[in-house]
Amino acid sequence: MSTHHISVTVNGAAHEADVEARTLLVHFLRDGLGLTGTHIGCDTSNCGACTVIVDGRSAKSCTMLAVSADGAQVKTIEGMADGANLHPLQQAFWDQHGLQCGFCTPGMIMQASAILADNPDPTEAEIREGIAGNLCRCTGYVNIVKAIQQAAGELSAADDAATVAEETAEPNEPVAAGGQ
Amino acid sequence: MIPGEFDYERPSDLGAVLRVLDERGDEAKLLAGGHSLLPLLKFRLAQPEVIVDLRSVTGLDTITETDGELRIGALVTHAQAMTDPATERYIMLREMAAGIGDRQVRNWGTIGGSCAHADPNSDWPALLIAARASLVCSSVGGERVVPARDFFTGVFETAIESNEMLTEVRIPARTANTGGAYQKLERRAGDFSTVGVAVRMHLDGGTIAQAGVALTAVPSPMAATDAEAILVGAAPSEESFAAAADAAAAQSEPVNDAHGPADYKRAMVREMTLRALRLAHERAASYA
Repeated sequence: MSTHHISVTVNGAAHEADVEARTLLVHFLRDGLGLTGTHIGCDTSNCGACTVIVDGRSAKSCTMLAVSADGAQVKTIEGMADGANLHPLQQAFWDQHGLQCGFCTPGMIMQASAILADNPDPTEAEIREGIAGNLCRCTGYVNIVKAIQQAAGELSAADDAATVAEETAEPNEPVAAGGQ
Repeated sequence: MIPGEFDYERPSDLGAVLRVLDERGDEAKLLAGGHSLLPLLKFRLAQPEVIVDLRSVTGLDTITETDGELRIGALVTHAQAMTDPATERYIMLREMAAGIGDRQVRNWGTIGGSCAHADPNSDWPALLIAARASLVCSSVGGERVVPARDFFTGVFETAIESNEMLTEVRIPARTANTGGAYQKLERRAGDFSTVGVAVRMHLDGGTIAQAGVALTAVPSPMAATDAEAILVGAAPSEESFAAAADAAAAQSEPVNDAHGPADYKRAMVREMTLRALRLAHERAASYA
């Protein structure tokens, strides 16, 4: 058995662990760290339920070795909310009824966050293309797309507000972290 | 699904990777994006003794145009190939890369991994054959530059030796009056090709001076040499394109499988060839 010591930062917290080389990242997150928000669906990199962000790029964590993530920054659905305040994407999925059974939702939200990080104002077609690797068998995607559109609007508005706050802030005054 | 056991190494430079390959040969498998290898490991279709992770290797993730060639490092991802400023003029390459898998897959899957794996339904090989690209195989003994037409030898088979790593892909630079197109038929968005056709064409005056036509998935990457012979020296026209498409369909060797029956695929080779020829011609003619 080949065991390796890894250091991975997950949702801002540093973790060290000894893992078998064959451990998949998704198993490390779920079984090693107890972060069971990331789901295992197809286990063959088709469905996207296991999508997380690794070093800024969305990844299907069933198709990555945990040992490969040594030194990486990982973000999972557990890292989205700010305490009791839902992330705008989470709130939008709630508001727009962007889920039914909820199994695909964590991966869908993480992929949506990757889409919006690349393109804060995507068209419907761009959203649909962006979630092509995330399968939902309940909703028909209509409300998922609406949710991502809602979040895109809110995140852009929050960015604009933060920019205004920055521009109008007095020197040495702490910048309001509006919506961050 | 957890893969079988293996040892794991993560060398920090290419030299160290090549030394491991020299010592371990077929016992070792290289890991880049993992989108071909991890499924193989899970299904026990591959059971290597050691996985050599390329994640810490630097210098193989750039795209540059040098000496009349577009040189793409083996660790360039499909996503990077689509968006890197160096590929802006390479419309066929961007259009092909955009059709691979989905965003997450393109974020991690690499050109090197895809070509070395040589899945018969994958899209890079036909593009490289049509463009008369070459692939660099490196070992501790040096480099071999292998034309794409000799590199892809069959279904999941390439000319890479067990002590070699595919390190770079070199595509002849796009010059004036050259254009290409990749037309892919897939059953679902992001699926592997049922049929794919890559065309690259160079026009000189009123004739086709050079033509590359290559096919995906019927059954493995192949040059449609009969179609190429019809095109070279001919005037670009619906007549010559139809004759070439007929020849490509005739030369293809599709098989019945889950993607469809052979006669359907042969008909689709004809149609996709026709579409790729029209598009490549349009792009060649408008690229001065």
